[in-house]
Amino acid sequence: MSANKPGVSIYAHELTKTYRNGAVKALDGLTLEVEEGTVLALLGPNGSGKTTTVRVLATLLTPDSGYATVNGVDVVKHPDEVRKMIGLSGQYAALDETLTGWDNLNMFGRLYHLSSQGAKARAEELLEKFSLTEAAKRPIKTYSGGMRRRLDLAASLIIKPKVLFLDEPTTGLDPRGRQEMWGVIDELVKGGVTLLLTTQYLEEADQLADSIAVIDTGKVIARGTSDELKRQVGGERLEVVVESAQLTQTIEIVKSVAGIEPTVDQGLRKVSAAVNTGSTALVQVLRNLDDAQIHPLDIALMRPSLDDVFLSLTGHAAEEQKELDVKTKKRGGKK
Amino acid sequence: MTAISDFLVITKRQLLQLVRVPEVLLFATIQPAMFVLLFRYVFGGAINAGVKGGYVQLLMPGIFVQTVAFTLAATAVGLAADMQKGLIDRFRSLPIARSAVVIGRTVGDTAQNIVTLVVMGIVGFAVGWRPSGGLFKTALAFLFLLAFGFSMSWIGVIIGLSVRDERVAQNLVFISVFPLTFLSNAFAPTTGMPRILQYFAEWNPVSTMVAGCRELFGTTNHFGATAGSWPSQHPLAMSLIYMVLIVAIFLPLSVRKYKNASSK
Repeated sequence: MSANKPGVSIYAHELTKTYRNGAVKALDGLTLEVEEGTVLALLGPNGSGKTTTVRVLATLLTPDSGYATVNGVDVVKHPDEVRKMIGLSGQYAALDETLTGWDNLNMFGRLYHLSSQGAKARAEELLEKFSLTEAAKRPIKTYSGGMRRRLDLAASLIIKPKVLFLDEPTTGLDPRGRQEMWGVIDELVKGGVTLLLTTQYLEEADQLADSIAVIDTGKVIARGTSDELKRQVGGERLEVVVESAQLTQTIEIVKSVAGIEPTVDQGLRKVSAAVNTGSTALVQVLRNLDDAQIHPLDIALMRPSLDDVFLSLTGHAAEEQKELDVKTKKRGGKK
Repeated sequence: MTAISDFLVITKRQLLQLVRVPEVLLFATIQPAMFVLLFRYVFGGAINAGVKGGYVQLLMPGIFVQTVAFTLAATAVGLAADMQKGLIDRFRSLPIARSAVVIGRTVGDTAQNIVTLVVMGIVGFAVGWRPSGGLFKTALAFLFLLAFGFSMSWIGVIIGLSVRDERVAQNLVFISVFPLTFLSNAFAPTTGMPRILQYFAEWNPVSTMVAGCRELFGTTNHFGATAGSWPSQHPLAMSLIYMVLIVAIFLPLSVRKYKNASSK
């Protein structure tokens, strides 16, 4: 039905996939679509089905049921057609490490059936574009993690694909490598490529994607722009930090403005509550505090982070929790 | 047409690896050369070969066959490494013939054997090996050796694509190929083995290959079985049957395995 919907580049309908004779359910009725020229981030924890989704869409894996199309072409029925249109860059740099960067690109160019001259020219062009010209004649073994990823991405761009799949493109990179990679991906997107990327970094989805599909236990549990998802969780959050002596009074003030019982962190002397009226509520609380001669040490109106979104949607994964907590602390403040 | 150019690109990649990392070929050659020297000088004195020119005449065909039998290992380990690194995934996402990667690999490993066999032949010659079957038969023996290596390589494909881990592949092929090459007439007479092993050694493709090569190199096969079984009477024909069977079974299996190969 929607398989040939105009303007839809990637379409997946009710995909299911189990491993080990049904013991592990990797995909459980996953449906998604990516409009032409847009970026969709598939956001989810490890083992949620992100990689399996990419592998199905990139023709590497056959789903147990459901179907998927790329530019209207069925990935199971006509895999070779699909392979001619897509680029894939996986979690690991899939390169021949003993060969040089140039060797690798040249080889993949030939495998995409470029002429001998064409493959060479394209290799030079991509090395230049990804600032790898200097390292071109060195074996991949000697490359840094960031360089490998860039070369891996370059290899997936040989035929200038209209549709690109990037599976966790920055996992394992240091902050600088990640920034570089984001820059490169941004460029590509400006060039009009349709991109489906998977990530477990909320910040990355926020930064790169037009829309986000939150995936958990093999299905999409929420979908929307980063703003829409944040709104879904609720309005803004007001936080006030005061001296211990003034805590009780502050709680009363916040409660009267927000209309709900605020959360209190005794240790941090922090009072916080969800508010629907945004800055009006902020001003009101400040005014009431002033009247009571309370001078807050810190006061902030915060929009929910994607971390909040993620937790409120999945509400599980104790293991992920720790990691998210660390990140939330670092993020803080108003976005 | 494109299927041929695809597999040639893969083969070329492998040969390019040898240029970029020459140590690989160096060690792949040093090991059999070392075997030649060790067996020649350690066992050569102890074993009564009973042929003109001494033990080395019987030894060389044995070592040649052992070396090409280990093509299985090279293929399995190479493919397992490619699986592990996700390279096979990338190949599978390309619009290339499904058979290209596995054919490219087996042909590449066979090409590597040419270099190894030449070096071993020279070392063998230096320590007294003298093939006396004539030029045509000698060339035919080497052709048989390459063909045997090629067929063993196809078994390696299945192993490499199945275990998906370089080190596991390494251990697995080592414990399977080593006994196969020793439970044969390659290095010592089979007559000293327990009855059941003798029987195995007689039908072992390694034995028929060694016996066949000895015949082509013009050396009496003094290490062969005494019994007048078919494989010992017709070692070349039996070897040929083995090779055709192996390729006929493992090539289609390999291509199928590759199609559904998944790194995880």
